[in-house]
Order: sequence, then structure tokens, then C-alpha cells
Amino acid sequence: MRTPGTPFSTYGQPSRHESQVVRRIGANRLAPGNGVSWTPLEDLEGFITPTGLHFERHHNGVPEIDPARHTLTIHGRVKSPLAFSVADLLRYPMQSQLVFIECGGNSNAGWHNVPIQRPVGSFHGMVSCSEWTGVPLSLLLDEAGLDSSATWAVAEGADAIAMNVSLPVDKLMDDCLVALYQNGERLRPEHGYPLRLIVPGWEGVLNVKWLHRLELTDQPVMARNETAKYTELQPDGKARQFTFVMEAKSLITSPSHGQHLPSAGYYQIGGLAWSGRGRIRRVEVSADGGRTWADAALQDPVLPRCLTRFRLPWHWSGRPAILKSRATDESGYVQPERQALISQRGSNGYFHCNAIVSWAVDEDGDVTHVYA
Amino acid sequence: MPERPHFRSLIGVLIAALASIQGGGACAAEAPGAPRLGHRLTPEQAQRQSLNVFPDGRGLPAGRGTAAEGRPLFQQKCAACHGQAGRGASAEELAGGEAPLTSQSPDKTIGLYWPYATTIFDFTRRAMPLSAPGSLSDDEIYALTAYLLFENRLIGEREEMNPVTLPRVHMPNRDGFIGTDAQAR
Repeated sequence: MRTPGTPFSTYGQPSRHESQVVRRIGANRLAPGNGVSWTPLEDLEGFITPTGLHFERHHNGVPEIDPARHTLTIHGRVKSPLAFSVADLLRYPMQSQLVFIECGGNSNAGWHNVPIQRPVGSFHGMVSCSEWTGVPLSLLLDEAGLDSSATWAVAEGADAIAMNVSLPVDKLMDDCLVALYQNGERLRPEHGYPLRLIVPGWEGVLNVKWLHRLELTDQPVMARNETAKYTELQPDGKARQFTFVMEAKSLITSPSHGQHLPSAGYYQIGGLAWSGRGRIRRVEVSADGGRTWADAALQDPVLPRCLTRFRLPWHWSGRPAILKSRATDESGYVQPERQALISQRGSNGYFHCNAIVSWAVDEDGDVTHVYA
Repeated sequence: MPERPHFRSLIGVLIAALASIQGGGACAAEAPGAPRLGHRLTPEQAQRQSLNVFPDGRGLPAGRGTAAEGRPLFQQKCAACHGQAGRGASAEELAGGEAPLTSQSPDKTIGLYWPYATTIFDFTRRAMPLSAPGSLSDDEIYALTAYLLFENRLIGEREEMNPVTLPRVHMPNRDGFIGTDAQAR
């Protein structure tokens, strides 16, 4: 005999058997709204991140915004300063883009001298991927009419710290969106409701949430988050600034840290690759610490500036092995080994760590993070 | 690029005109061009609420303050997170850095790392204190900015910071940044 199931629900939730699949939160004890939550990459498949598991970085909490009172103001070096209500923007032609957003500080434990031992998502999970839908920003900038001296714009959010950051106008005109929807539904509060700037392929901090102002200028504002932070100090004392593009990166998510292979035999190696410069062209996988490599299969669709899933069957002999993945994007850029990246940039840069990640499988089948 | 919507709306008008010639009237498939729903503001209206302060001082409000005035304010409103004299605690260190940027473990304090003094005003006004952003008066922000510059040995204790003097403060790491994917100018 079978019993009737539960009735309908107004908004679906994951199975109670999956309640352990959650974002891991890391915030300042004295300022709980200042911190991050990581996407649990080790628990996910495919390339779309469930909206409720998309990573967060907030500087002072998630604001409660009434969309009826929210506007986007475009001003500064424009012919007509304009204000748009959310209702106005909902009437504009929209576009969708499937893109990853990655925090410039993602994977920063990779700069540590000792390999951090954490699940892959709690180390590299400040990257997530969604379908973002909204109004092409070029349409709104054209409507305001750019002055010829308008080469930069300062975007500002309506959160408690009024986060501001400068972007080159060329990028805004090229492919940026004022997003109203994420994965088909209106933005959630923690992802910028009601308006978020989407800057495809560029570092997460530029994708300003709760967007309410764009001031067109002839120079960057030199905000805290483009000078003191999100810049990378190199060994010669000079810092890289305006490092906008998130360069090609890949990670094996299975098997990865903390997982266990119960016996020798068949396993499927799987992971994610992405590049801010365009499509992923190739992902190679090594099971011998980088001595030999094999091409992984790329799961369709392989989209520009979007997460790409790769897979490769593997027979584990039962002896110690070191797994690595290496991405190449369509520009020809090849993801560097960690030591090569450190030789080039030192290890005090904090941001933009896209080095190859190594997992060691020991003879008991336990997987740990190693530098190899 | 700015000409494009104009051009598009011209096409839209043409299509609409053609449709009416053919007796179609309001045709469901006509292309009306850009919506143009933005509400015009005067530059003054738009600028009024802007918090941006640029390296040349543009955006700084009237006001003044000194480090001597800023010290008790810092103690009261900032030290709980940023530590005594900005030496760092649960929030980052802002002053007192000794290790140069070329050392193994460099201090990225205001005096050693930050390229512009105006950034302190911009960020403090918009973001600080975290428990009550927007609660400081402009004079208080000038005083706190002066105090942080003083603790970084960049100005004197009684030197007044105001819209004219703040952008002129010499920042040692002013030329320490290299534009990678974009240049400042």
C-alpha cells in the first residue's frame, strides 16, 4: 500500500535529505554583515548555481529595499542626467547572459605557504554562475547621451556602505547589463534586489548590487575598493590596479578535499573551468602530479565567460596519486602552475589567484589539498 | 555611439509611418525604437546626493577638521574595531605600519599603501562607522581623516584638513600602482 504524498507548495525547497548542502559563511564577528558566504562547489553538478547557493560578498549587510522607492540615476558627464524607476526599467528591451561571477579574492588561500585543508567550495566557492536578465546598459547610457570626455563611470550601491567602484565606459557600453532577474526570477535581496550591475567576465566587486547611481567621469574615483583593496602588491613594491578580467581557471570538484575513494577502480573526475576572456577551449587532467595530461570532455554548452563542466573517467590503481586540472581559454591563455604564478607576482597579492589546484589521493583513498 | 538611439527612433517613425499608410494603424510588430523613459534631472538635482570624492578634491563638501579634534572621535567611534590609533584589531590596520611594501610581510596602511588622501574621506563618509554609516558630520569626517593622516605621519597634529588642503596631502605611494586592464586616464 502506498500513502498519498504531501500537497502542493507555493515555492519549492530542496529535499530534507539535502539539508547539509548550504553556503558556508565567513563573516567578521563584530560586523556580521561584513564577510562572505561560499558556494558548496563539492556538492553541485552542472554549471548553473542554484540561486540560494550563489556566493555572497557583502560589506555591511543586505539592505531591505522597496522597489517602488528605488531609482537608478545616471549623471555626471552626460547631456541629460536621468533617473529611472524600476517600473520604467521593466518596460525596456532585455537580454539574458549566462555568466559566472567570481570575487577577485576567490581562492586567496592559494597564496598561503601551507595548503589550506577545506572543502573545495570553502576555498574556491566565491564563484557562481547564473542566467542574468536585464536592460543593456548601453541603451540607458545612450539615452542620457555620453559626453566625449566620459571615459569612466562610478557605480554605487544602495547598501549601508554605499559601495562605490569605477569602471571604464567602453566595457559598460560593450556588454554590461542592469539585471532585474536571476535564473528567471526577480533578483533576491542578497544578490542585489531590485537592480544589479552585471559586468561579464570581470571581477565580482564590479558587479555592484542594489545599483542606484552611475556617475560618468573622466577618471576613476580611486575608491577604497580599487586602491587599498582589490589591488595586488607585487614583490617590487608596485601594485597591479584595475585587474578587472578574471583569468582562466579550473578546479576538480570530484574527487576533492575531504572526499574518500572506498576502493581502487573506476571513478569519474569532474570539475569546473571558466575564463573572463571568453570560452574555455580545453581542460587537461593529470593524475600523476602534472607529468602526463589527458583531455577532459567539455559538457555542452561551452559559453563565453560562463562556467564549463568537464569530466574524465579514471581508473584509480589504489596507489597514491596527485590530481590536477589545467584550463586553456579561447585566447590561448593557459592556467599557470602555482609556483609559476608566485614567481611572477609574489604571494602578497591576495587577489586573483588562478593557479592550478592539486589534490593528493593517498593509499587509503583519502583526498587532501597539496602543493605539487 | 550616442547617435544610435536617435537613428533607431528615426527608423521606428518610418516604420510607423509606413504602417499607417498601409492602413495598419498601431501594428503589433512595429519597432518603436528606444523607450526613452528616463526622467530628466537638472545636473544640480543629480549631483546633490553624490558621495563621490575624486583625487583632485572634486566632491568634497565644505568643512574642516584637525587631528587634535579627530583623536577623541576616533577613540569613541573607531578604535573598538580598528584598534588604538588605528593599529588594527577586528578591522584592518590603518596606521602604524613599519614593514615596507617590498618586505616579506608588508603593512598596507594608509601611509605605506594608499595612493590618495581623498579616499579616506570618500570611504569614511559613505561607510563608517559600520554600525551607523552616514551619522558623522562633514567636520567630523575631516577631523577623522586628519587624525588618520597624522597617525601615518603625513601631516601635523594641528594642520587643518578642508576641501583645499586634503587633496594636496603628499601620499608616499602615490605612484605605486600600475593599471593592468585599464589606465586611470
